Amino acid sequence: MSQTTVSVPRCPPLLAVPLRAVPLALLSASLTAFSRRIATSHPGLFRRLGDYANTPFVIDPTDLPLVILLHPGNGKPTITLTRRPVGGAARIAGPLAALLGLVHGGFDGDALFFSRDLVIEGDTSASLALRNAIDDAELDLSEELLNLTGPLAAPVHRVLSLLERRTGLYLTRPEEPAW
Amino acid sequence: MQLTVAPIPFFWSKDTWSTFYEEIAETSVDRVVLGELVCSKRLPFFQDQIPGAIERLIAAGKDVALTSLALITLKRERKLTADLVEMGLEVEVNDLSVLPYLPKSTKFSVGPLVNVYNEGTLRWLASLGATRICLPPELPLASVEILAKEAASLDVTIEVWGHGRLPLAISGRCYHARLHGRTKDNCQFACEDDPDGLDVATLDGQPFLTMNGVQTLSDSYATTVHQIGQLRDAGVTALRLSPQSHGFANLCHQYRALVEGQCSGEAVLEAITGQTPEVRFSDGFLTGDRGVAMSTPAIAART
Amino acid sequence: MVMEIVCPAGTPAAFRAAVKAGAHTIYCGFADETNARNFPGLNFDRVEMRDSVAFAHQHGAKVLVAINTFPRAGDEAIWHRAVADAESCGADAVILADAGLLDYAARDHPNLRRHLSVQAAAANADMVNFYAETFGVKRVVLPRVLSVPEIAAINAETEVETEVFVFGGLCVMAEGRCSLSSYATGRSPNMNGVCSPASHVEYHDHNGVLDAQLGGYTIHRAQKGDAAPYPTLCKGCFTAGEKTDHLFEDPVSLNAEQLIPQLQKAGVTALKIEGRQRSRSYVTQVVRNFREAVDALEDGRPLPQGMLARLSEGQAMTTGAYKKTWR
Repeated sequence: MSQTTVSVPRCPPLLAVPLRAVPLALLSASLTAFSRRIATSHPGLFRRLGDYANTPFVIDPTDLPLVILLHPGNGKPTITLTRRPVGGAARIAGPLAALLGLVHGGFDGDALFFSRDLVIEGDTSASLALRNAIDDAELDLSEELLNLTGPLAAPVHRVLSLLERRTGLYLTRPEEPAW
Repeated sequence: MQLTVAPIPFFWSKDTWSTFYEEIAETSVDRVVLGELVCSKRLPFFQDQIPGAIERLIAAGKDVALTSLALITLKRERKLTADLVEMGLEVEVNDLSVLPYLPKSTKFSVGPLVNVYNEGTLRWLASLGATRICLPPELPLASVEILAKEAASLDVTIEVWGHGRLPLAISGRCYHARLHGRTKDNCQFACEDDPDGLDVATLDGQPFLTMNGVQTLSDSYATTVHQIGQLRDAGVTALRLSPQSHGFANLCHQYRALVEGQCSGEAVLEAITGQTPEVRFSDGFLTGDRGVAMSTPAIAART
Repeated sequence: MVMEIVCPAGTPAAFRAAVKAGAHTIYCGFADETNARNFPGLNFDRVEMRDSVAFAHQHGAKVLVAINTFPRAGDEAIWHRAVADAESCGADAVILADAGLLDYAARDHPNLRRHLSVQAAAANADMVNFYAETFGVKRVVLPRVLSVPEIAAINAETEVETEVFVFGGLCVMAEGRCSLSSYATGRSPNMNGVCSPASHVEYHDHNGVLDAQLGGYTIHRAQKGDAAPYPTLCKGCFTAGEKTDHLFEDPVSLNAEQLIPQLQKAGVTALKIEGRQRSRSYVTQVVRNFREAVDALEDGRPLPQGMLARLSEGQAMTTGAYKKTWR
């Protein structure tokens, strides 16, 4: 037997602190719009969710002062941010870096779970379906974001890559996964 | 409905073993399958008793078959299997590796540890000479019904697991040896102190499984007392009763009365509970949502 | 000849990742109960299968379609259709476990190569040869109950190719012959293609102590900071006699990387990686690692040292039954 550990970076307070002040309603609306764009470009993601395409998920980045409620809505997703604990059929909690790493295929979900960087509560089956569907979709949130911003693409890209280098967060889909 | 006595799954001393079959000869069961099913290392301890037991059972009018091992891997075990086939008695195949040893057109029976889940497999086994199949205990009643119908058209007798701790898994690893910090090759027969297997409980202290060397059984004693009618309607013609160390002859007697319509299922369970109060029952594989479930919750709740 | 790396893929994305990482062969299944990894969000519909097979063939890789559950009485047509569709999708072989299904495939799809699934638990040379003679099986995936010398002995007595597991989740029971899962949850590998299904798993966190329950049975308790394995029944923690421990198997996963030279000497054709339920990140890492190992072996270079512990369950590894003391 052998054991190793690899640490998942924590979101720096510099990024987390301002989130306490941001108006969440506005941010929720833009994230919903963003998620619908992803839904249009990745219809397979919702097909793969199968029985769970209408299951509410609570995604809790534990190093941020907010919680994300994701309603897949059979392909018409809604994202609501809240500062209070909310209910959902399934809750996936972990540092932002772990969650983004999962989305971008940088981390393996089971590995994060075995190491307890990721915590799953409620309907385990639903969480698995979401994880598998996202893994197959090969998402790149930054790329999606750049597509969204049009003329501002270049400066946004520069900011994202700077952030990625400084924070260790997976903001784009890596050529090479971490392990 | 016939009653079949399953091979003893546990490691009993040779005297206990012989006495058991003396008692069985006196009961009204129709058929007895004996021999070593679980671990080839146990066989030398009671091997010499087998011919006597067979003789006695046949003299008492029982139909007798010899079981194969459930998992055949070692050269020694393959040799044992070849010897088994040569004994001339009907063989109950509990590992498909027996099949290559059977001379063409030999009739044989199939035990509950062979995966017969569908009509295709049943037909294939019948084409090789299977005349009797005890279905895997995992099968739901819906599957039993379909398979019994198919079997009838092929003149194959269908038996189901009637009573006893369920054989849930077989392994290359010996858990009794592991529990005692030994390897399988140097097990020192750690399983001999547990005539009904060793209880395995969960972290909350709930009874759950039973350890029996390389085999894992259920904690609960599966029972078909509540499904006799459905099984009979489906065309099942035999029930298998699995040996336990206490009160087995009486258990056989109870089941005989049940299949003859002389008593109710509840009465059988009451009688069994009377002699072995610690026993928990299940019938979930046949009719429930999971194997451990019991269709009469009052009795399940008591446990 | 270089040993063949047989790699899992649970999604088309993982499939492409495996091909790019250097897998010689990929195995996968249809998104239904016909395969033994019938998990939510996984597997391939017919179009995805056809496209994936085409992708693999363009890159010189082969595809095996696992149809390795035991067909349900009355519904065999679902499994028959899976075999027929695997053939029409261009699969290089199907991996089958059920004798009835093998019989069907041998008669109705004679040109489709047949492999024997580990779920058939063919654990000795008699059985391997019997499956070859009876159903024309060309390759057998050996059950994980055998030691390396036993594998060598089987290969000495058969012409049939053998494939063995070298990495990933480890069954301690003879595969295809275990109903622990359906006893506790009603769903089993043989009938439903799932073991200890997520639908019956619940985690409860009590001040950092994480309880894992399966079907209401608490079978694992991780103290704060300890690794948390998935509550697979045979790797649960139980009490028997005076002892509370992982009585059947520790929450470990198999890593036989360092045994590859011995497995080659034992006559093994292909090395199989478990994990169709794992991510494309896992697939990439494990495949690359094992491809490097077999290439190194072929070139007479030393094997690279493993880096895969973190991907393992409970983050701990074992060589399993390959070393006899495991038993």
